[in-house]
Amino acid sequence: MTGTTSAGGLHLPRYHREDAALRTPVGFPDYRSTALRAPLRTPVDLPQRLTEVTGPVLGEDRVLPHDADLTLRNGGEAVGQRILVHGRVLDSDGRPVPGALVEVWQANAAGRYRHVGDSFPAPLDPHFDGLGRVVTDGLGRYEFMTVKPGAYPWGNHHNAWRPAHIHFSLFGRAFTQRLVTQMYFPDDPLFGQDPIFNAMPAAARHRAISRFSLERSQDNWALAFEWDIVLRGAEQTPFETDDDGDVA
Amino acid sequence: MSEPSVNPLLVVPVVSEPSQPRSGRRGSGYLAGPLRLGTTPSATVGPYLAIGMTWPDGVWAAAEGTPGACWIRGRVFDGAGDLVADAMVETWQADPDGGFPSPEDPRGAASYPGFRGFARSHTADPPGEFAVHTLKPGRVPDGEGGSQAPHIDVSVFARGILDRVVTRIYFADEAEANAEDPVLASLPDDAARRTLIATPAPDGYRFDIHLQGERETVFFQV
Ligand SMILES: [Fe+3]
Repeated sequence: MTGTTSAGGLHLPRYHREDAALRTPVGFPDYRSTALRAPLRTPVDLPQRLTEVTGPVLGEDRVLPHDADLTLRNGGEAVGQRILVHGRVLDSDGRPVPGALVEVWQANAAGRYRHVGDSFPAPLDPHFDGLGRVVTDGLGRYEFMTVKPGAYPWGNHHNAWRPAHIHFSLFGRAFTQRLVTQMYFPDDPLFGQDPIFNAMPAAARHRAISRFSLERSQDNWALAFEWDIVLRGAEQTPFETDDDGDVA
Repeated sequence: MSEPSVNPLLVVPVVSEPSQPRSGRRGSGYLAGPLRLGTTPSATVGPYLAIGMTWPDGVWAAAEGTPGACWIRGRVFDGAGDLVADAMVETWQADPDGGFPSPEDPRGAASYPGFRGFARSHTADPPGEFAVHTLKPGRVPDGEGGSQAPHIDVSVFARGILDRVVTRIYFADEAEANAEDPVLASLPDDAARRTLIATPAPDGYRFDIHLQGERETVFFQV
């Protein structure tokens, strides 16, 4: 049986909603697929109650050891520039999100996805399937080894190329925190012409771009890129005290 | 003298969030307001979401063979009335007693036999159609002394949608509870409410989602 509610109110957190000016809109006209798919009516405010502040527990049981290294598949090594992608999953209070499932997928080094819908005439790599999964550690950290994805054309407009990116899917602890996004690489010359990148408000775009990390690059082996992901955190009262102890 | 031969004037500084201490430490007295990190902006799942988000056990919010379980099936339509065959639908809900298998439930994590509470279904096969196998949820307290009608929170992801869209499934055979539900009551009219009501089907319920158009489903901002 489930626990019971005492008379009176439940004490529920309220998850902060980022300013609309810093959130990606659901639809963006320059991204042509949105025309018939993005809802046109204004969404209705849903008060955050039990269903919204809880969420599934998805962790180690969804991950196999080889899921953190995308460069080794089918008994061989993927072709491409080996990279270590690492960072932390935090909430907007600055708290790490431990034990969180992170799912990633990407094109191979030539810019081709292992998917029936991808007809870009670039080679498939028998040793790369483009799927990774990791769970954040006790400090909210994640890392996986992969190859740098290639840019790919996608037909949105003449000579439309997606900047190199890795798709990320994250569960925090609550339904409100669910996030699917894309990680980019620094200084990509394709940013300017990409409507999916530019759908993000200018003031928030840098949050989707990873940082080259010489510190974590591995001598004679792999470059490293660091990317922290920030999920929605709980609203705070202005003078909340920190009883979580000292900084680690 | 540690990094010779680099002209510091030519080094472009790393752009990072100003005034966002990385420690997460609060209460130091240096911050004018509460610490707030900027959230990572969302992006579309794109057309190849199946690579990263396919689970063999995705549809089983309630395990196969769970007594009392049913199927909720539905189709996802675009604004032209065409089926959307590359979407993903995720559901999250309470168990039949109104509890959640989540440590975030302040009443304690519930544990109901065979019940995960979460399901994920693609709409590829048959094209445009999703299906989740689950238990009908019980009523859930609204946190203010009242209760909500049985409902399921739904996220829809697809190419062409840059952020997930959120809706709720209610049940046609819960008319009495639905009439008292604060969320349904907040909607402008019955036509809007009807977009959230799943109708009985031979093996459970049907619930279609219209992303756009005259019959556009009510979507929520959470
Ligand atoms: Fe992509």
